[in-house]
Amino acid sequence: MKIRLALSLAWASLWHRRRVLTLATLTLTLSVTLLLGVQYLRTEVRQSFTNTISGTDLIVGARSGQLNLLLYTVFHIGDATNNIRWSTYQDLAGDDRIDWIVPLSLGDSYRGHRVVGTDTGFFDHFRFGRGEALSLTEGQWFGDVFDVVLGAEVARKHQHAPGDELILSHGGGRTSFSNHQDTPFRVTGILAPTGTPVDQAVYISLAGMEAMHIGWESGIAIPGRTVTPDQARARDLTPTSVTAALVGIERKVMTFQVQRQINQYQGEPLSAVLPGVALSELWRIMGQFERALLGITGLVVITSLLGLVAVLLTLQAQRNREIAILRATGASPSLVAALQVIECVTLASIACLLALALSAGGLAVVSPWLLEQHGIQIGLRPLAAAEWLLLACVPATAALVGLLPALLAWRQSRTHGLSHGMGE
Amino acid sequence: MTPETSRHADSSAPAPLAACTRALTYQWPAGRTSLHFPDLSVPAGEHLFVKGASGSGKSTLLSLLGGILRPTSGSLALLGEELGPLSNGQRDRFRADHMGVIFQQFNLVPYLSTLANVTLPCRLSARRQRRASPDAHGQARALLQDLAIPESHWHQQVSRLSVGQQQRVAAARALIGQPQLILADEPTSALDADNRDRFIELLLTLAQRSSSSVIFVSHDQSLASHFDQQLVLEATP
Repeated sequence: MKIRLALSLAWASLWHRRRVLTLATLTLTLSVTLLLGVQYLRTEVRQSFTNTISGTDLIVGARSGQLNLLLYTVFHIGDATNNIRWSTYQDLAGDDRIDWIVPLSLGDSYRGHRVVGTDTGFFDHFRFGRGEALSLTEGQWFGDVFDVVLGAEVARKHQHAPGDELILSHGGGRTSFSNHQDTPFRVTGILAPTGTPVDQAVYISLAGMEAMHIGWESGIAIPGRTVTPDQARARDLTPTSVTAALVGIERKVMTFQVQRQINQYQGEPLSAVLPGVALSELWRIMGQFERALLGITGLVVITSLLGLVAVLLTLQAQRNREIAILRATGASPSLVAALQVIECVTLASIACLLALALSAGGLAVVSPWLLEQHGIQIGLRPLAAAEWLLLACVPATAALVGLLPALLAWRQSRTHGLSHGMGE
Repeated sequence: MTPETSRHADSSAPAPLAACTRALTYQWPAGRTSLHFPDLSVPAGEHLFVKGASGSGKSTLLSLLGGILRPTSGSLALLGEELGPLSNGQRDRFRADHMGVIFQQFNLVPYLSTLANVTLPCRLSARRQRRASPDAHGQARALLQDLAIPESHWHQQVSRLSVGQQQRVAAARALIGQPQLILADEPTSALDADNRDRFIELLLTLAQRSSSSVIFVSHDQSLASHFDQQLVLEATP
C-alpha cells in the first residue's frame, strides 16, 4: 500500500474541500463535546455523590423512609418528621456494640446554610470519599457554647475568618426574619473543602443549639424570656432531643443485628438505615435521568455522524470522476478506499481534539461559576478509560462511514467500467 | 515492485503486439445484450483508431483493454501478457505500469495542481517513475512545455485551465514515464476543430517519441486519417 501517497492525496483533497468540511466538522465537534461533557459530568456527579459519606455504619432517626433520613442528615435536603429523645440517644450511646455515636441536631440556618448541632465526635468520626477525615484549614473545632465552625464553602462565600461574629437564623430558608439576635456565635474554625454537603453547613455544639433556643419554645422569641449569652451559660444546657445520629459499629458483622434492634426499639419509633444501601437507592432514582441524558446525547452524536455521512455522500457525487481518474491511472480500489477512510478519520479526529479542547476550556470557565453559584466542585481531571473509549468510538465510526463511499465507488467501477462519470 | 512488472521492459526481444484480442465478448451485469468485439491487433508503437457510434460499446472496449472490466469470454493480451489470469490487483498494477488513459473530459484530479496531476502516474508506479527522464518533475515540465501549457499555470489549481488546456494536461499525464499503451476515449470531443487537430498531432508525435501505441476511440471519422489502422465497431442491434 502506498500510504504516503494516500496521505498526501487525502490531505490535498481535504484542503481543497475545506469550506464545506469545516462546517461538517464543527457540527461533529459540538456533538462530541456534548457527549464528552455529559459523560464527564455523569462520572463526576456519581463520584461526588457516592463520596458524600463513608465510614458510618448506620444513620438513626425518627421513624421514616430511608431516603428521607439520608436526604436530611447527609444531603441537608428536606426536614425530619420527628426528633429522637435525649434519653433514647443516651441509651444507644450506652450500647456495647456501638463503637461511636454522633448526634445531629438540625433546624436552623445561617444565610441559607444548614446549622448542624453536634459534638466533637463529628470531627473525629465523620468520613467522606475513600475514608478521608475532616480537617481544618484555619482555627480549631468548637469548644465553647457559642463557638461555630464553618464549612469551606460558607466561609468562602461570606468571607468569614476565625474571630468573626455571626447571627444564626431560626428555621431554614435563605431569608429568615426571626434571627437569634441575642446569642451571637464566634467563628473558631474553618473546615477544609470536601466537595460534599459538609462544605455548605455550619457546625455548633448541642449546648449552643440549646442556648440560643431559650425563650423560643413556642417557635418565636418571646420578649423577656430570651437570655444573654452569660445568662445562658449559667443554665443547664443538656438538650431534650436530637434530630438524628450517625453510628459506628464496633464489629461490622453486628451491623444488621443492631439495625434490626433499633428498628424495633421499644421506647419510641426509630429508623436505622445503612448509608450505602440508601445511597444506591437514591442513585438508582437519579440514574434514570442520567441514563436518559446519556441516551439523548448518543442520539445527537449519531445524528451528527449521519450528517457527516450525508455531506460525504453528497461530495461523493463529485468524486466519482476523481475516483475514475485515480482508478484509470492505476490506483487500486484499496488505495481509493484508504483515501476516503483517512479523510473521514482525520475529520473525526480533528473534531475529537477540538471537542477535548472545547470541553477543557469550557470547564475551566464554568467551574468557578458552578462553585460560586451552586457550590458544585467539578475540577479538571484526566479522562477515565470509559471516556477515552467513548471518544475513540467517534473516529472508529467515521472509518466505517468512510468505507461506505469507498464501497460505492468500488461497486460503481465494477458495474460502469472505466468511464463512469466521464460525461458519457 | 514485483519482478513480473519489469519483465516487459526487456526490449531486445522481438517486440510483442501492444494489444491483441480474440473473440472478445462482454455481458453487462445489468442484463443488457452482450457485446461482441471484432478482433484487433496493434503492433508496438503503432496507433489504432476505433470508430463507433454511441452504444456500440467503445467505452466498454476501453474498460476491457484497461483491465477495469473482465471479458465474459475471449482472450485479451497486452504487451504479450495475457490479462485473463491476472488478479484484480495485478491488473491495476499492470495499468499503472504500462498504460496512460485520457478521457473525454474531466480528466484531472481537482485538488491537485497541474504538475501534481501530470506526475501522479509516477507516484502510483515505480516503473513509470524510473522511466521518466530525467525524473518525474523534469519530464512533466518538458511535456507541459511541449503541450504549450503556460508555465504560470503549472502550480495552480487545474480548475483555472481551459478545456483544451485540461485535455493537454491529461495527455501529458498519459505520456509521462513512457507507458507502452495509451487509451484515449473521445479526448477531442469537447474541443473545436483547430484545437482537435493540434491535440491529435501533438499526442501522436509525443507518443511516437516514447514509442507508445495509442488506441483512440471516437465517433468522428474525420480523425481516422491520423492513424495507422482503424477499426469500426458496429452498433449492437
